Amino acid sequence: MFGTLKMHLGRFRHGVHPPEHKALTSHLPVRRLPFPDEIVLPVRQHAGKPARPIVKPGDRVERGDMVAAADGWVSVPIHASAAGTVTDVGLWPHQDGSYETAVRIAVDPNSAQAPRARLIPAWEGLAPKAIVEAVRHGGVVGLGGAAFPTHVKLSPPEDKPLDAIVINGCECEPYLTTDHRMMVDYPDRVHHGIRIMMRVLGVDRVLVGIEKNKPDAIERMRETAPKDLDVEILPLRVRYPQGAEKMLVEAVLAREVPSGGLPMDVGVIVQNVGSVASIAEIFETGLPLIERVVTVTGRGVKKPANLIVPVGTKIRDLLEACGGLTDDAREVVSGGPMMGAAIANFDAPVMKGTTGIVVLRDVDCEERTQMPCIRCGHCLDACPVFLNPQVLGKFAMNSRYDEMADDHHVWDCMLCGCCSYVCPSHIPLSQLFAASRTALRKSKATA
Amino acid sequence: MNPSDILAAVLVLGGVGLTFGGLIALANKRLKVWEDPRIDGAVDLLPGTNCGACGYAGCRAFAEGLIQGEAQPAGCTNMGEDGIQDVAAFLGVEAGAAVKRVARLLCAGGSNVALQRGDYHGRRTCAAAAAVAGGGKACTWGCLGLDDCADACTFDAITMDAHGLPVVAPALCTACGDCVDACPKDLFTIMPLDQHLIVQCKSMLEGDPAEDLCQVACTACGRCVDDAKPGVIAILGGLAVVDYSKNDKTGPEAIQRCPTGAIQWIEYAQFAPAREPAGSLSS
Repeated sequence: MFGTLKMHLGRFRHGVHPPEHKALTSHLPVRRLPFPDEIVLPVRQHAGKPARPIVKPGDRVERGDMVAAADGWVSVPIHASAAGTVTDVGLWPHQDGSYETAVRIAVDPNSAQAPRARLIPAWEGLAPKAIVEAVRHGGVVGLGGAAFPTHVKLSPPEDKPLDAIVINGCECEPYLTTDHRMMVDYPDRVHHGIRIMMRVLGVDRVLVGIEKNKPDAIERMRETAPKDLDVEILPLRVRYPQGAEKMLVEAVLAREVPSGGLPMDVGVIVQNVGSVASIAEIFETGLPLIERVVTVTGRGVKKPANLIVPVGTKIRDLLEACGGLTDDAREVVSGGPMMGAAIANFDAPVMKGTTGIVVLRDVDCEERTQMPCIRCGHCLDACPVFLNPQVLGKFAMNSRYDEMADDHHVWDCMLCGCCSYVCPSHIPLSQLFAASRTALRKSKATA
Repeated sequence: MNPSDILAAVLVLGGVGLTFGGLIALANKRLKVWEDPRIDGAVDLLPGTNCGACGYAGCRAFAEGLIQGEAQPAGCTNMGEDGIQDVAAFLGVEAGAAVKRVARLLCAGGSNVALQRGDYHGRRTCAAAAAVAGGGKACTWGCLGLDDCADACTFDAITMDAHGLPVVAPALCTACGDCVDACPKDLFTIMPLDQHLIVQCKSMLEGDPAEDLCQVACTACGRCVDDAKPGVIAILGGLAVVDYSKNDKTGPEAIQRCPTGAIQWIEYAQFAPAREPAGSLSS
């Protein structure tokens, strides 16, 4: 029914357009970060069940060796991103402020960091199931931030037929240029990954959504697009949160994902350009997901850069490699400024889902006093999923969480922060909803 | 207007009223459910706060439990000794005995002893702060000190001390458990007052890493395990854990060599309050 609808809007409804600040790094080619002295690999760095450590202190690991095995279907293994010796398997600071079991590896300074000799499977000769299995063993997760295991996405249930793959090159978060540079510097790898995905899913239509503020990425992706495949590069209006998969599906295919549903409910699968490239990498180098592109940016860091960073590099080392913090640096955020999380401990490592590190200065994070809601309705016009943040906010401030879930769809909120961004009374709506959902989860767990 | 219209209206509406009134009267007679009148009497004597500390859904449910003999008046933690005697006398039952229970905070890391790694700016509630890099305190398990528990407490039993730690006034605490639910770090627990040996720490780190974050952290050194009677204390997940099924064997000797003071022998109140709460009943 939808397949015949060959139109796209190039836009979704509502949303906001915050200042982009991408010029700090959008022109800088990706370069490689030298290996740090120590790598810390938390077992929980993907959505789903944490991995299970399989090494012990004293073990020697080569680059690409598995150090933690997947624990269940919605879980992925974790691999050493540098050769060295395991020094500890224990608690280590995590980006979210907690302590999490992590494998610590003292990197061998004399190692050539060459991976072990390995067989690289030729995917053209493999059955789709075997390709998915290879992706699973490679520990590939969505690199757009949520870190959802890619092999699960590549195994849609049989009753959900797919007719399109949407590749997410929006990168709507301000400051970040990770996906942007991926498309400019490695477009062939992205297209290679797209080809593999089409084979796995048996889908012959691919749409790549790229916001119009990345003309060089659009051009490079068009130049390198394979002629034999139906891969369409779609320039999209610049609007946040277009990189959220449900918004992107609306923008490129004019299909609405139902409340509580997934894009596969409307016959679509959405994959970030970085994840697509790492699928390709498995069949190009045979290496699992052990490094990723991270944008280190913001005016609070001396030398902003787009870097290929071994997963497990401490944020401290990463910031040092970028010249360190300026004197007026105030806040370090993992991810973009809209949805990212503040970091309090620089010992926390870069993870598979870390898209960027943004350092804001004093002047960038002006403190605002919360004032009463004046019912202007700006938040309703901003909310991309058509909730009523104003009413939800009132409930949240009065701890009436059950009504938020039952009557006002707080679980459809993706915490994009548009409502907080537009609120003239500076009510931290998104933060209120995040806390409400934590409280709801807690009461559900104890009930 | 024709006077007969008014008469008609009065008659019709009056007739409808009488008919339904009669139906209600009939229903009241035929469908009446007999309820023990002592329930209402007992409810009048109970505090009426519906705090839930007795384990029942509210004061009325507790009163029903009393009548059915499932509960004893002492199960109410909120009406004091006199109130318990009044209810017992009214119902002609034993008052029963219950050890007073209070909320205990399993963290002693006030701002004077705990390392602060980040500076949280934003909505001043623990729940909101906990979502931002854990709230800025270096110890991820520790108390954030932003008053969520004090706000949740119906009985004003919790006040914040000078170092941002909530102080529970045992005399006012009814053990209702609202603070247990309010704390995003799960630091409160309801304990009987006769359990004196308390490990005031939840940090899972061991040794120096734990002490680096907080001067009063449990470092899992194991001295208390050796000092206490066998089997009373064990080290589990980086913490000394007291086995309260052996509560009668506990004694203050266990805390003597604790290097950080994480384990304490507490007779009554946990920390010194900044000020005595208003309307205090403490004797």
